[in-house]
Amino acid sequence: MALTDTDLRRLARLARLRLEESEISGLREQFAGILGLIDQLQAVDTRGIEPLSHALDLEARLREDVVTETDQRARFQSVAPQVEEGLYLVPKVIE
Amino acid sequence: MDLANTSLRQLASALHERRISSRELTQAYLERIGRLDGQLGAFITVDPDKTLSQADAADARIARGEAGPLTGIPIAHKDIFCTEGWLTTCGSRMLSNFVSPYDAHVIEKFAAAGALILGKTNMDEFAMGSSNETSHFGPVKNPWNLAKVPGGSSGGSAAAVAARLAPAATATDTGGSIRQPAALCGVSGIKPTYGLVSRYGMIAYASSLDQGGVIAPSAEDLGLVLNTMVGFDTRDSTSIDRPAEDYTAALGQPLKGLRIGLPREYFSGGVSPDVARAIDAALEVYDRLGAERVEVSLPHSQLSVPVYYVLAPAEASSNLSRYDGVRYGHRAAQYGDLNDMYERTRAEGFGAEVKRRILTGTYVLSRGYYDAYYLQAQRVRRLIVNDFREAFARCDVIMGPASPTVAFGFGEKTSDPVQMYLSDIFTISVNLAGLPGLSIPAGFGASGLPVGLQLIGNYFSEGRLLQAAHGYQQATDWHRQVPDMARA
Repeated sequence: MALTDTDLRRLARLARLRLEESEISGLREQFAGILGLIDQLQAVDTRGIEPLSHALDLEARLREDVVTETDQRARFQSVAPQVEEGLYLVPKVIE
Repeated sequence: MDLANTSLRQLASALHERRISSRELTQAYLERIGRLDGQLGAFITVDPDKTLSQADAADARIARGEAGPLTGIPIAHKDIFCTEGWLTTCGSRMLSNFVSPYDAHVIEKFAAAGALILGKTNMDEFAMGSSNETSHFGPVKNPWNLAKVPGGSSGGSAAAVAARLAPAATATDTGGSIRQPAALCGVSGIKPTYGLVSRYGMIAYASSLDQGGVIAPSAEDLGLVLNTMVGFDTRDSTSIDRPAEDYTAALGQPLKGLRIGLPREYFSGGVSPDVARAIDAALEVYDRLGAERVEVSLPHSQLSVPVYYVLAPAEASSNLSRYDGVRYGHRAAQYGDLNDMYERTRAEGFGAEVKRRILTGTYVLSRGYYDAYYLQAQRVRRLIVNDFREAFARCDVIMGPASPTVAFGFGEKTSDPVQMYLSDIFTISVNLAGLPGLSIPAGFGASGLPVGLQLIGNYFSEGRLLQAAHGYQQATDWHRQVPDMARA
């Protein structure tokens, strides 16, 4: 199965990736190869086989419901692109 | 001290017997990096002042008689491990300005052991690549031939160890990223059982597959480093709580009666003749050591590459959604509204391979395709795990090539992503099953380039894998061969 330019633009929008028009045709070609590779899975008979999300059967651990994190806001915000008075700045979202 | 011919254990004894100080040893490695790494590009960051101050602290600790096996040893870290106060880029423009505010669990463990941070090694961007050509910081060159790739994604770690610019280096392996570059650079590398090394502070690519490990010249060196690196950590929800184990304990025990499983599928074409010859010769060494050959079958192993290229991109598209230009990392200089900021930031911050995998992951997870791709891949993943379970009922260790070819040239596979993906055909299934795997040098193929023998073990059999690798290395000297540039 092949992806159209429209499909690729829609995927890029979902993934929040700006695509330049010049990138589209190369991507379409590479995707044809990648889909050809992963489409091999369609031929495998997996009736009755449960999906496996993880190699080891691990149980989720529980911990005491106590505060363990300390306040490190200033430290973490020191590497942020834009902050002011302890807040992360982004373009206006609500008019 | 001749750093090109000294093992980690020998370095450790020299330090403990005070024949050399950690400062002297570290200066010697820094001098080698300064002199040789211009040709290789194995390091992204070196910070001699920081490293030497750690060396002084280690020397003081040794003087107080409080040294452990790695105290005073400089270790290079793949730039995927968050390291407080150090630039931690993951090979990406997205993180090219990210000075980590905290340490990965692995970095904490080495600090507690008194090991030093020698520098941060180059890698494929976000660990996505098999040749180190996707790094934002430029490709790493193979020390055996500067026109060849070192493999990837841990190409910087493998090249640094091969050129003896570091006695050992940390690395990570999601689909072969420790074993394939170790093979292509002629060094030893181990990916432990999934869950043994904490993923806390190890920048995520595909979380159900990512696992930290080590690259070093020999199996013995791997065991020494692994002893410090492995450990339970509550901050990683898949970390395994097991009693500590000495991975060097079984080294030197005889290999008589070791049952070596040879998967039919790993020996039936798809391997270049020079690699096949070297692997056959390695198996003959094991024959002489008293091991037994057992034919096994991994009938679904051919499907491991397509399964991986559904599951890993799916997990990556989710993991990499965190790079939004808000909390850390790159942000586009110019943008309109919030969406435009995200889209431009991510378009500028990610390279072509990372974008391809994010888009692939977005596709296989999208409505209408989820069952056909994602769930189907998970079902085939179970078949692959079942194959290994059956094989390990009949053998102790599985062997075969780590890579179908020796190191290839720059640009040879970059135009066709699928060709690049297929260079991990022998390593990927091990990640899908969560098993431990290692690669050791097993001679040379075409153009004098190294060949790697892969050993795959059952869950938590690292000690036995290292014993099997060490036995081979006691009978051969491939792991002591160094490229000409390392002798300079």
